[in-house]
Amino acid sequence: MSESGTQNTVVTALAAIGRPVVNGFAGVGSAAIFAGRTIRRGLTPPYYPTRLIEQFFQIGWLSIPVVALTAIFTGAALAQQIYTGGSRFNAQSTVPAVVVIGMVRELGPVLTGLMVAGRVSSAMAAELGTMRVTEQIDAMRTLRTDPYRYLIAPRLFAAIIAMPLLVCLANILGIFGGYLLSTAKLGFNPANYLSMTADILEADDIVMSLVKAAVFGFFIALSGCYAGLSASGGAAGVGRATTNAVVAAFVTILAANLVLTVAAFG
Amino acid sequence: MAETPKLALDHVAKRFGSNQVLRDVTLSVAPGESLAIIGGSGSGKSVMLKCILGLVEPDAGTIRVDGEDMTAMRAADRERIRTKFGMLFQGGALFDSLPVWRNVTFSLTQGRMLRKREMRDIARENLERVNLGGDVLDLYPAELSGGMQKRVALARAIAPRPEIIFFDEPTTGLDPIRASVINDLIVELVEDLGVTAVTITHDMKSARRVAHRVAMLYEGEIIWTGPVDTLEDCGNPHVERFVKGVAQPAE
Repeated sequence: MSESGTQNTVVTALAAIGRPVVNGFAGVGSAAIFAGRTIRRGLTPPYYPTRLIEQFFQIGWLSIPVVALTAIFTGAALAQQIYTGGSRFNAQSTVPAVVVIGMVRELGPVLTGLMVAGRVSSAMAAELGTMRVTEQIDAMRTLRTDPYRYLIAPRLFAAIIAMPLLVCLANILGIFGGYLLSTAKLGFNPANYLSMTADILEADDIVMSLVKAAVFGFFIALSGCYAGLSASGGAAGVGRATTNAVVAAFVTILAANLVLTVAAFG
Repeated sequence: MAETPKLALDHVAKRFGSNQVLRDVTLSVAPGESLAIIGGSGSGKSVMLKCILGLVEPDAGTIRVDGEDMTAMRAADRERIRTKFGMLFQGGALFDSLPVWRNVTFSLTQGRMLRKREMRDIARENLERVNLGGDVLDLYPAELSGGMQKRVALARAIAPRPEIIFFDEPTTGLDPIRASVINDLIVELVEDLGVTAVTITHDMKSARRVAHRVAMLYEGEIIWTGPVDTLEDCGNPHVERFVKGVAQPAE
């Protein structure tokens, strides 16, 4: 009796670990199928250029203020940290180099990705989730229109195009933030600061920055759209979808960042 | 030889997880006929409709439209069959980001901004059929009352001139007067446009008004079908209880 009781406890414990793992893999699998279907259908007619432009405006243009502020603040804070930390071993002069590498390779893409994910994945999940639970997605299919082409593909492609442009802006403004603080407060010579920045920056850094940006854009839109289209169960379901979208976008961005960074620079 | 049914379901079954929603649905609808499917909440009415529309894949059975088996078709052919369908969703399911006229003409433009003047004329004409004036063309769904939303949704469903229209609980959520307006519209459209109509409802008044024939879905099976005027004394205890609104002894 006690033996079977122990067995049951073990089985229950293993099931509690196994179930989320299996569900996790199933989720990754169906998100991958979802992405493949969106790309395949998005590349075949009918196309919706107007929808693409609308989404580009939503994702790209309207994200500029938040991305710009984040980049300037981070660049300036980074400059101060490197100056103070560097002074412990007389390396204050590395500020321009560390700021440019830190921003372009890492902080520009990652912080832009996270800020845009917070703004955009949640909004996509909420909008598509509401459409799902009010049967608007089903209605669209009965009206001879493919929701993958009309709703999902424009969001996915717009995010993949908009993110590199936003990251370019973030990189420039991040470097500018570091430059402002360094020249105004830390006593750097403006011309020297800029020439040191230009010297250290390589084409590879910029390419990697933009590749990361495009990949993050893909995950931002994929998380938002997949969560939204899988929503069920009224307002509460839409709320869950929104949370899932943001969490999934954050985790996939940080994981993809690690993989890309190790692959390129490791 | 009998006429080919417009729509025929043969032994259709569907389960979600451990929940067997449709057990064995066999049903046919003749061209130009108006069929009401009645049944309690959770009896599988909506799932059956979604199987026919191709929004849900049935696990077993065949669904034939004009004699062609949809379940065995390639995606492209299925799309062609789907153009014969129109659907009025329970909550209207209007696209709330688009004005009324673009909602009504959505199936004609597939959501694109094409031939604006012509589309507005088509929208106006279809709105007239559901007794709405041109003043609603530029309003958004959120600016309309529930009854008006239903009518706009109806105009959207008939705009591409479908051959079969499905009505999902067309009178739910409407007051008795607006419900009777919708019922009258359905009857009118079926007669004027010569379409085949399938209405799922638990509103017996609506079923009696719009249907020629009634089928009852109970626990995933069609347990009775017959002309609407035999509904009262059909001899099936489940149907009689449902029609009279009497709970089962066990309930």
